[in-house]
Amino acid sequence: MGLFGDPAYWLPLTFAALMGVSILIYVVLDGFDLGVGVLFPFADGAEKDRMVASIGPFWDANETWLVLAVGLLLVAFPAAHGTILTALYLPVAVMLIGLILRGVAFEFRVKAPTPHKRAWNGAFFVGSLMTSLAQGYMLGLYIMGLEQTWATWAFGALTAVFLTVGYSFIGATWLILKTEGALQIKAVRWARGGIWGLVLGLGAISLASPLVSERIWAKWFSVPEIFALAPLPLMSAGLVVLLWLALRRLPTRDDSWAWFPFVASVVLFMLAFFGLAYSFYPYVVPEKLTLYEAASAPESLFIILIGTCVVLPMIGGYTVLAYTVFRGKARDLRYD
Amino acid sequence: MDTLLLSRIQFGANISFHILFPTITIALGWVLLFFKLRFNATGETKWMDAYRFWVKVFALSFAMGVVSGITMSFQFGTNWPGFMETVGNIAGPLLAYEVLTAFFLEAVFLGIMLFGFSRVPGWLHTLATFLVAFGTTMSAFWILVLNSWMHTPVGFEMIDGVAHATDWVAILFNPSMPYRLVHMLLASGLTVAFLIAGFSAFRMLLGDKGRDVRAALKTALIMGASLIPLQILAGDMHGLNTLEYQPQKVAAMEGNWETGTNVPLLLFAIPDEDARENRMEIAIPNGASLILTHKADGEVPGLNDFVTEDGEVLHPPVAPVFFAFRIMVGTGMAMLLLSWAGVYFMARRRDAGAVPKPLLVVLVPMAFSGWVATLAGWYTTEIGRQPWLVQGVLSTKDAVADVPAPFVGMTLVTYLAIYAALLAAYIFVLFFLATKASRGETVHPSAPQSGEAVARQIPAE
Repeated sequence: MGLFGDPAYWLPLTFAALMGVSILIYVVLDGFDLGVGVLFPFADGAEKDRMVASIGPFWDANETWLVLAVGLLLVAFPAAHGTILTALYLPVAVMLIGLILRGVAFEFRVKAPTPHKRAWNGAFFVGSLMTSLAQGYMLGLYIMGLEQTWATWAFGALTAVFLTVGYSFIGATWLILKTEGALQIKAVRWARGGIWGLVLGLGAISLASPLVSERIWAKWFSVPEIFALAPLPLMSAGLVVLLWLALRRLPTRDDSWAWFPFVASVVLFMLAFFGLAYSFYPYVVPEKLTLYEAASAPESLFIILIGTCVVLPMIGGYTVLAYTVFRGKARDLRYD
Repeated sequence: MDTLLLSRIQFGANISFHILFPTITIALGWVLLFFKLRFNATGETKWMDAYRFWVKVFALSFAMGVVSGITMSFQFGTNWPGFMETVGNIAGPLLAYEVLTAFFLEAVFLGIMLFGFSRVPGWLHTLATFLVAFGTTMSAFWILVLNSWMHTPVGFEMIDGVAHATDWVAILFNPSMPYRLVHMLLASGLTVAFLIAGFSAFRMLLGDKGRDVRAALKTALIMGASLIPLQILAGDMHGLNTLEYQPQKVAAMEGNWETGTNVPLLLFAIPDEDARENRMEIAIPNGASLILTHKADGEVPGLNDFVTEDGEVLHPPVAPVFFAFRIMVGTGMAMLLLSWAGVYFMARRRDAGAVPKPLLVVLVPMAFSGWVATLAGWYTTEIGRQPWLVQGVLSTKDAVADVPAPFVGMTLVTYLAIYAALLAAYIFVLFFLATKASRGETVHPSAPQSGEAVARQIPAE
């Protein structure tokens, strides 16, 4: 028994929460920069440069949250880490190849000779698309309990498309915030075109997860939980309506409210994430392995927790610094 | 081929590709800080020009390192679940601390370092450069702690087949860590010294007379000439440490089959593991005994001591370790010769432009000599650890994932194709950037431009 009770109870829970927060931050942050990559074919040459300029100073740190999330899974729940990643062997490989392509294309597209730029732009788009699709597929398969059947593959394919459209939507809202002029008008149009993906994606996941598992069904559709949880879907629906209204009026003449679609989408992603987290708790491998069964030894978790408590606020601090330094409309990325 | 072999090739290919880039960024970060501090101190634009050229190489190398590093963090789970299940309680915290204290630091401040020069005060830009360099070095520290622990594991107890940490100070400062860390940091320094020297020589051969190129060449050659003796010393001490803790590896490095005294130093041989002897030996009498024990009649361990009575081989494959070690040492000798020659010519005329043309020509291919030596060194130590994944604790074959071999084979082929293409693109772009810079095509036009020109201008270059 420790200071706050039994560490075998609260340590795994704390690490599950930390991992959840990392995944959420990753999905939001890399979501928008992956989305910008997915939107690449719709933009012309100069617009592409400006789009990359809007994410250039951030993408690297954004991807680090993925490393932290998978690192925490690896560290805190080694048994689950092996099970999940070997079950998702091929989609993980597709995602990694996608991440490699887009990560290096960032640099190569502006350093290679001009005739090669087209090819690297292509690599940037394909890499972003592969990553988004793979992540969506993995999400679908995870919801389906990592079962490998035709039905789960089909559901995975569906979530792959929806998450990709969802990423391109949040990417478009980021561009509304960070750009101006013709590109901003285009971004508003992209966002209008992408909002259906968000709605269908949220809908499909909300419908499928209770249907797959009786346990999840019981967690949502029993009294009094159903009343306590009602605000979650209601708020989501309200936000979608507000987003739809805002996108009809944007961009405004004085650029007011340009922040709104991005912030609203972030909140939407958060609501969806909490819904999922509520559904799956306490399982880390759905219906097979709880986070208490999968957790590693408390003494090792303790060592990491201390470091995390010290370092995470610092990471937050300098992340805010970076976003402050590069606030405002995106300018050309220059080394001088 | 089976899953084990394919997984080993895949991880080996991945980690080999990965290490090329951190090897550059670790030391290049500090060199960039040096350029920036020289500029701050002297106000001479040559230092800032050198900074601007090399920061591009840094950005490109950093991106290559990040993406290949992410791949590795996933492959622990996809290909080697037994590793984390057995020693996760020790490897986990070390990797977590790497992410927390190094990755975020470098990733966030890289943005400010690359694109913030005109947006933040000068001191903050210098600080960002420092923090990125510091972050890459921290990253090296944590990963070398873990790697060294896999060679010389201490500070833990096994409970039900799972390692539990008992003494974190002992784990952090495990017996081979100081040697391995110093050896790797110096390797990074030498890699960067010869990279900068090579591309500066290349630019001078193209007729570039820029003051920044000479300053870079001078910095690089002095750096190389002063680090290489330190590296030879550090390597020797590391070898003695290995002799103490992993004698079977030293036996393979020396190609020595029977334990004995007055063991010769083999300059060349072809180890034959089936016959358990060497062919075509060229040797210096007593050499190995002298180097390893500092006595002509010192005892050197032999490989035959590491075969059990029922024939199970507990020493690493001999030929790869034997040859990799010789490639590393040979490259180091070339570095010693060339950097000292360069410094001699510069000192004689007190002019960085006085390096004779033949030496410049030789320095160009030496630009990637650091990669050759680093890879050869890592192959020596990592293949030399086989058949163990964690020496004496976990064998490689017990850690591999139960994934169908065709999956591993398919992804392996894809990774190899991508790595080959990216490596070619990387080297090509480095030469392209150097060629462009040597023509004086600065990408920072100071004169105002027409709107169309601004639109066409390639950013972040």
